[in-house]
Amino acid sequence: MEFTVRACSGHGRVGSLRLASGLEFETPSLLMITRRGLPVVIPPEMLMDLHPDSRACQFTPMHFLEDPLAAVVAKAGGVHKLASLTGFAMVAVARDSLGNEIAGEEASNLGASFETSSGRRIVGLEKYMEVVNACKPDLWVSLPDEVPHWVPEKRNRESVDHTSQWLDHCLSLQHAEHGNRCLGVVVGAGSLEERARSAEQAATRNVAGFSLAGFGLGEDVAQRGFHLEVAIAKLPNDKLRHVCGLGSPEEVLQAVGAGIDLLDSTYPYMLTKECLAMTFPLKMEVPLRNADRDMQPTPDHGVASGFSLAKVNLRSATYGIDETPLVTGCKCYTCKRHTKVYINQLLNSNETLAQTLLEIHNTYHYLEFFKAIRESIKADKFHEFRTWFTSQRVFGMTYDVSESFVA
Amino acid sequence: MLGISPSMALRFEVLARHNRARASRLTLPHYEALTPLFMPVGTQGTIKGLTNDQLEDLDCQIILGNTYHLALRPGADLLDTIGGLHKFMNWPRALLTDSGGFQMVSLLHLADITEEGVTFQSPVDGKPMLLTPEDSIQIQNKIGADIIMALDDVVKTTTTGPRVEEAMYRTLRWIDRCIAAHSRPHEQNLFGIVQGGLDPQLRDICLEGLVARNLPGYAIGGLAGGEGKDAFWRVVAQCTAGLPEDKPRYVMGIGFPLDIVVCTALGADMYDCVYPTRTARFGSALVSEGVLRLTHAAMATDYRPLDSSCTCMVCKRYTRAYLHTLVTKEAMGSQLVSYHNISHMMQLSRNLHSSILEGRFPEFVQSFLQKQFPKGDVPDWVCNAMDVAGIDISMCRIPQSA
Repeated sequence: MEFTVRACSGHGRVGSLRLASGLEFETPSLLMITRRGLPVVIPPEMLMDLHPDSRACQFTPMHFLEDPLAAVVAKAGGVHKLASLTGFAMVAVARDSLGNEIAGEEASNLGASFETSSGRRIVGLEKYMEVVNACKPDLWVSLPDEVPHWVPEKRNRESVDHTSQWLDHCLSLQHAEHGNRCLGVVVGAGSLEERARSAEQAATRNVAGFSLAGFGLGEDVAQRGFHLEVAIAKLPNDKLRHVCGLGSPEEVLQAVGAGIDLLDSTYPYMLTKECLAMTFPLKMEVPLRNADRDMQPTPDHGVASGFSLAKVNLRSATYGIDETPLVTGCKCYTCKRHTKVYINQLLNSNETLAQTLLEIHNTYHYLEFFKAIRESIKADKFHEFRTWFTSQRVFGMTYDVSESFVA
Repeated sequence: MLGISPSMALRFEVLARHNRARASRLTLPHYEALTPLFMPVGTQGTIKGLTNDQLEDLDCQIILGNTYHLALRPGADLLDTIGGLHKFMNWPRALLTDSGGFQMVSLLHLADITEEGVTFQSPVDGKPMLLTPEDSIQIQNKIGADIIMALDDVVKTTTTGPRVEEAMYRTLRWIDRCIAAHSRPHEQNLFGIVQGGLDPQLRDICLEGLVARNLPGYAIGGLAGGEGKDAFWRVVAQCTAGLPEDKPRYVMGIGFPLDIVVCTALGADMYDCVYPTRTARFGSALVSEGVLRLTHAAMATDYRPLDSSCTCMVCKRYTRAYLHTLVTKEAMGSQLVSYHNISHMMQLSRNLHSSILEGRFPEFVQSFLQKQFPKGDVPDWVCNAMDVAGIDISMCRIPQSA
């Protein structure tokens, strides 16, 4: 595995990552979500052609802990073969991004509590590495003792100690022939000192990169920024950095700005579940007001009509007969073939095809977003891009994915 | 203009025969189809999660849309404004819509049939409403499918008594109203539906009446509703014998592969059913041997594909064991099984067409029955039907001791 930094803009960087399998792609990169190895709703045979960059996925080893799936993936020879996703990067991330929040529960020396396919349970080191080795991922995160920022000091310190010990233990259990694929976890969400300590310890280990944990758990945005900065300052520049738990556009921009290279994000899927299509503009040059000529915002349009520059609510009655695609000019499968009114009809009829078509578009659009980020870094304009993006999304509309629009 | 008469928008050419069975080319306004064929049911313009590309990859030729659901949502006028269901869905091949009547009667509260039409309570506000034959055809004209179905008075096959006769005669009276209301005979083919329950005399009268109307095609209705298999095949045999040779014959609501093979042997060409996708949602896969219950514990260690003779994407990529872990837990599980099941039905359609075309239909039927009934316990009704069809299946059957 090779990772090379190619360009910088502030602390943000574009890198090229070449995996042992030969697959090569640019970072910062989005890791698409899978469950039990497969995309949630996108037909697997469509994944390769979905977008030029649609090559990297995350998966959760915690889904593969129990038989029969544990035996099935071992027999298949790994998750790539199991899910027929050879040619893709499969990155094992312990935290199930679609599952429940980390509660900071008690952990022992031997393992921590995770949401698995059979409910919440303690997952120990041996079992975790058994599954990781059976899955044969391209990159994998060491077993984390991940806690949120509000846990007591003692628990926070303990999580740093556990995580460091478990990193060593995981490294000792990794299959030699799989080479250097470990992303050492950095925790310490409760305090900046502990965060720094966790990063320092991980930095000395022989790993392919690092996975910053304890984010996306209700922390203050400014605090998050400090934690990212403090942790990354201790990490070597020439190794990969992954963060889990951050996925919205603003979180992505903050993370990239701090120096993150890989993110798994459920943002596209969260929008899909709420029947929302991603529509935010991607080019700084496009004037704000005319960002999408088909959807001129007026003072009357707002939350009530389900209209948003950033998201189109497809259940809205406004889309009576709108025969335009979700985003005019979008080259995704859905926008090349289908109209808003058709997708609206599918949604109102509770047809699963609606989810499929939406998720294809939302994933494509988000991959385009990541591409725009990389372009801005290469042009050394990342800060401008981030400022532009954040300001245009604040313009009259909210981006909170849990907010429901009136139908 | 495609048809041999101004009221037709199709061409039907029988390419080969084996006794009663035919392999044909059915040229419709949007697509040139090969029969026998199975039509997946799309309800509201989509087949349970499959994209248009997937449907084309699977070789679906004609898709069925339910007029009742489409009229409710998005509505006939919207479809009309857009230019029809083809354009709305962006489906480049053929479409067939049913009349809406059957769905109403089976789905709606207090639905009833009078001479005027089907009366029912609006599902939106509970007000009394009426769907007349004219309404049904007008809605279907707006939807724009290649084939549209007449509104018929359909009764359950288990019904007996004067109601059956009443329904048959009413169907004949309604066909004339349907024909009169049909405003696009050059672009859409109106099929009549043969009713008459299980009564051969009533069926005969209906056959005669419909054939005299010189319609582009005919359906055999009122079956697949709980009648015994023995009664079922006899009605199909009688109807196919009484329908014109040079027009397509569609047995409505048939989806079990065995039933399709028998009906084909007896001279039918087209079939539709929700069965393949519905059974997928319960974790059942259609395979050469019959039905594979993926939820069964034994599947957990079965590393074979669903069907060793299937070349679909699912069978090329995934094992039964993996699918077993998916089916009750991830939406993707039943999605993949649906995909395979549709593939299975399309493969069956292709096999029926090509085996008849290539003069090896009896061999195909024998091989099919041997796989489905490896112990030789082919049901009596199948044997009787194959007798009438003139297909020797004696080698498939081991005589059962009395």
